[in-house]
Amino acid sequence: MDDPYKTLGVARDATQAQIRRAYLKLAKQHHPDLNPGNTKAEEHFKTVSAANDVLSDPETRGKFDRGEIDAAGHERAPKPSYRDYADSETGRRYAQDGAQQGGWSHDDLNDVFGSMFGEGRRPGNAGPARGQDARYTLTTAFLDGVNGATRRLTLPDGQSLDVKIPPGTEDGQVLRLRGKGGEGWKGGPPGDALIEIHLAPHAFYTREGAEIRLTLPVTLAEAVLGGPVDIPTPAGTVRMRIPPHSDSGTILRLRGRGVPAHGGHGAGDLLATLHVVLGPPDAALDAFLRDWKPEHPLNPRQAMEQEP
Amino acid sequence: MNSIDILLARLDGLSRNDLEHWIAQNWVRPDHVAGEPVFREIDIARVQLILELRTEMDIDEAALPVILSLLDQVYDLRRRMRELAAALEQAAPEPVRQNLLALLARAAD
Repeated sequence: MDDPYKTLGVARDATQAQIRRAYLKLAKQHHPDLNPGNTKAEEHFKTVSAANDVLSDPETRGKFDRGEIDAAGHERAPKPSYRDYADSETGRRYAQDGAQQGGWSHDDLNDVFGSMFGEGRRPGNAGPARGQDARYTLTTAFLDGVNGATRRLTLPDGQSLDVKIPPGTEDGQVLRLRGKGGEGWKGGPPGDALIEIHLAPHAFYTREGAEIRLTLPVTLAEAVLGGPVDIPTPAGTVRMRIPPHSDSGTILRLRGRGVPAHGGHGAGDLLATLHVVLGPPDAALDAFLRDWKPEHPLNPRQAMEQEP
Repeated sequence: MNSIDILLARLDGLSRNDLEHWIAQNWVRPDHVAGEPVFREIDIARVQLILELRTEMDIDEAALPVILSLLDQVYDLRRRMRELAAALEQAAPEPVRQNLLALLARAAD
């Protein structure tokens, strides 16, 4: 049997207080209830306790010092040990959340397995649960948002998803594809795919809700004399007559030629703003203007002069 | 049924005041029958442990909830480990289990 003084790490002439301090230090370290499953700690604790039993009582300590008893002293009677209960099913009683229900929650699984089981599954409890929604962005042409289109979205995992973009889709709008998100959990339904649509700017169209605007270049002759011009619209070219004497900046409204009717919304208009283009120098035009005496002389900056 | 009185008789050095305080702090969670606490064996063992922590190990009362909380987490984790092991034993075929053992043996290096 070990020397109890050595076991506790104290000198043979240590005071009772020193012995107690040494015992406490070791007991805290090796108490089996604080070291569940650690048989070394348990053995160590038994030895420390036995040594303490001998040395903590001055009477038995004296007997040991005189060689009247050996270090074995007396073994402690076995007591109910907390770890025996805590380390069995009974121990659920003091589980952290105090909960009695079994089964691992999603958080438990995530704690232990991390990314191994992925993010797609989220049971509210142990039962079936809907899969997580997956979020994607899809950038497509301006006119796809106007007329509608079907575009293929390639997912990070290499799979692809056909996204039906309805007519009248706005930039930044989120489309929901039911059942195309993360897998369900324990037989629950899959989540949805949420796709944020981004519309690339168009070369000459802009859009405000259902209205589409464009700047329509016209020649000087078309502006002054009027006449038929071809105007591009999302649904194809439309021939329209420009009224005579249409100034630069005049807005022509083409009814129903904007965003087509969709989902209960009527069709929007197309607004064409005229922009007079003089074109390359023309000697005849220059000569005409030099000799031209306007019927009604005009100062187009008159309003600016009156209001400083 | 173990009442407070039986507990006081069974555990040397346990005072009624302390025990009632520990229950009020939720460190010991006995059942209640007709408004009176009734202790299961695990509750008694826990009272015994708290008593040892307080008296034999000189643990300050302020430190007690920290220790108990960590201790509960340790036992919780051990239970989860056993559940995991049991699930693997059922779900994983023999080669997978062998592979698992080999990987775990290497994980310590």
